[in-house]
Amino acid sequence: MRPGAANIVQFENVGLRYGSGAETLSDLSFSLAAGAFYFLTGPSGAGKSSLLRLIYLAQRPSRGLIRMFGEDVVTLPRARIPGFRRRIGTVFQDFRLIPHLSAYENIALPLRVNGVAEADIDTPVREMLEWVGLSGRAYAKPATLSGGEQQRVAIARAVIGRPEILVADEPTGNVDPDMAGRLLYLFEALNKLGTTILVATHDLHLIPRVHHAQTLRLEAGRLDAGRLAPPIGSAG
Amino acid sequence: MALFGRGSGNWLTSAAGRRLLPEGWLSGPMPWVIAIMMFLMVLAAAAGLALGFAARGLDNHMSSQITIQVVDANRPRRDAAADRIVSAAAALPGIASVRRVSDREIAELLRPWLGAGLAENDLPVPAMIDVAFLPGSRGSLAAAEAAVRAITPRARVDAHAQWLAPLAGLIASLRWLAGVLVLLMAAAAAFTVVLAARSALNTHQATIEVMHHLGSSDAQIAQLFQRRIATDALFGGLIGLLLASLVIFAVGDRIARVGSDLIGSVELPAAAWGILAMLPLAGTLLATVAARLTIIMALRRRL
Repeated sequence: MRPGAANIVQFENVGLRYGSGAETLSDLSFSLAAGAFYFLTGPSGAGKSSLLRLIYLAQRPSRGLIRMFGEDVVTLPRARIPGFRRRIGTVFQDFRLIPHLSAYENIALPLRVNGVAEADIDTPVREMLEWVGLSGRAYAKPATLSGGEQQRVAIARAVIGRPEILVADEPTGNVDPDMAGRLLYLFEALNKLGTTILVATHDLHLIPRVHHAQTLRLEAGRLDAGRLAPPIGSAG
Repeated sequence: MALFGRGSGNWLTSAAGRRLLPEGWLSGPMPWVIAIMMFLMVLAAAAGLALGFAARGLDNHMSSQITIQVVDANRPRRDAAADRIVSAAAALPGIASVRRVSDREIAELLRPWLGAGLAENDLPVPAMIDVAFLPGSRGSLAAAEAAVRAITPRARVDAHAQWLAPLAGLIASLRWLAGVLVLLMAAAAAFTVVLAARSALNTHQATIEVMHHLGSSDAQIAQLFQRRIATDALFGGLIGLLLASLVIFAVGDRIARVGSDLIGSVELPAAAWGILAMLPLAGTLLATVAARLTIIMALRRRL
């Protein structure tokens, strides 16, 4: 944790249960510091995607407290959720690009949702396309892009709105090791600009490549904390 | 919550916004269903409006006209009584006009039944006097009857309201029926829009989910759909109005050819056409509101 940095995400005794089944996530208590880089690891079925869904506000917990940006999001009125989601960038494992929109339009979408004037959209979108190395594929539809290219469009879409936290679910799961390294480089570059990064991955080889990253490990829905930011109020 | 969105840079209504929902305009059955409903709605509304104007005219006639008949086989005595009645009626308050119907007019009225060769003394016919009251002077009817009775017991006063009342009742019932039909059509159109909006939500489920994750509000998402549905409804409404107008013109032509004063009184004045022309706009507004409410209520069930 960077000295003096505030916690951007705070979980306290959070549990998540789908329907009447067993808890998918149990007793999660941790904090993510603003501007830090985290990996979320664990075997398949450990609950990584469910944890991410709680953070990008696709799901409310069954119990416990979640604070984001200093506010309780468990009881957050539904009308305020869009405003919070605009502060969170999400890279989905399956990209979730809109298939009938070009790469350019997919990347421009968060700006348009946020009410940015059309005249102010072109420059940042082209900068973002260049940043992810897709300037020449701006008007290609997702179906004509490779897996790695789609992943980069998804990342560009997630970060163009300058989110305070970027949540990525297995972002390297569909790309070769070389592309995985390039994607991590993009995340690090974004992290240097101050964005908190949380990358869920089962690829442990990625972790040493980001020297300052901290790791959260999920095992059967419970957190086996690595070098985590201490909870707010603790001496650590 | 504004009906047409707020603070989103209007991109939702721009070409970029329209590309989010890739289906072509007027691609589904909804515009044509709306066209059929609007066709029927305009016909029902036209019938209701025409009957309404006819009823108004009838009511004015009923409340302001009486006919006095002097039934006396003695022609000189009949004529003398008729003249006295004309004088007495003209002196009453609230009378607009008093006119004795000429013998020639009476012969014309009887010609279809008695033939053209009716000689004056062949058949004793009553003397007839038409009395019209000023608007709002309905109370003068009793005074007129009393005055007539005082002159001759052989006079009979026929208030037009007596024999037109059943017709007025029928027209009122038909007007209610037309109104109910318009409301039923409007409700059916609204339900059609609800079904179309739900279908569109299911079709574009993945896009909506992404939009939500990117921070779109329910209002923004609803605006994407309501604009398309409003366009479909306006198109369907205008087609329905056009077809119904052709039918109304054709029926009006047929009515004119009948040549009956009574049937001919069922006509559509310019003001009624103005009301009919507003129906597609009202239908579009109804469709837009129905679509918006449907979509927002459906989205509220999600996080």
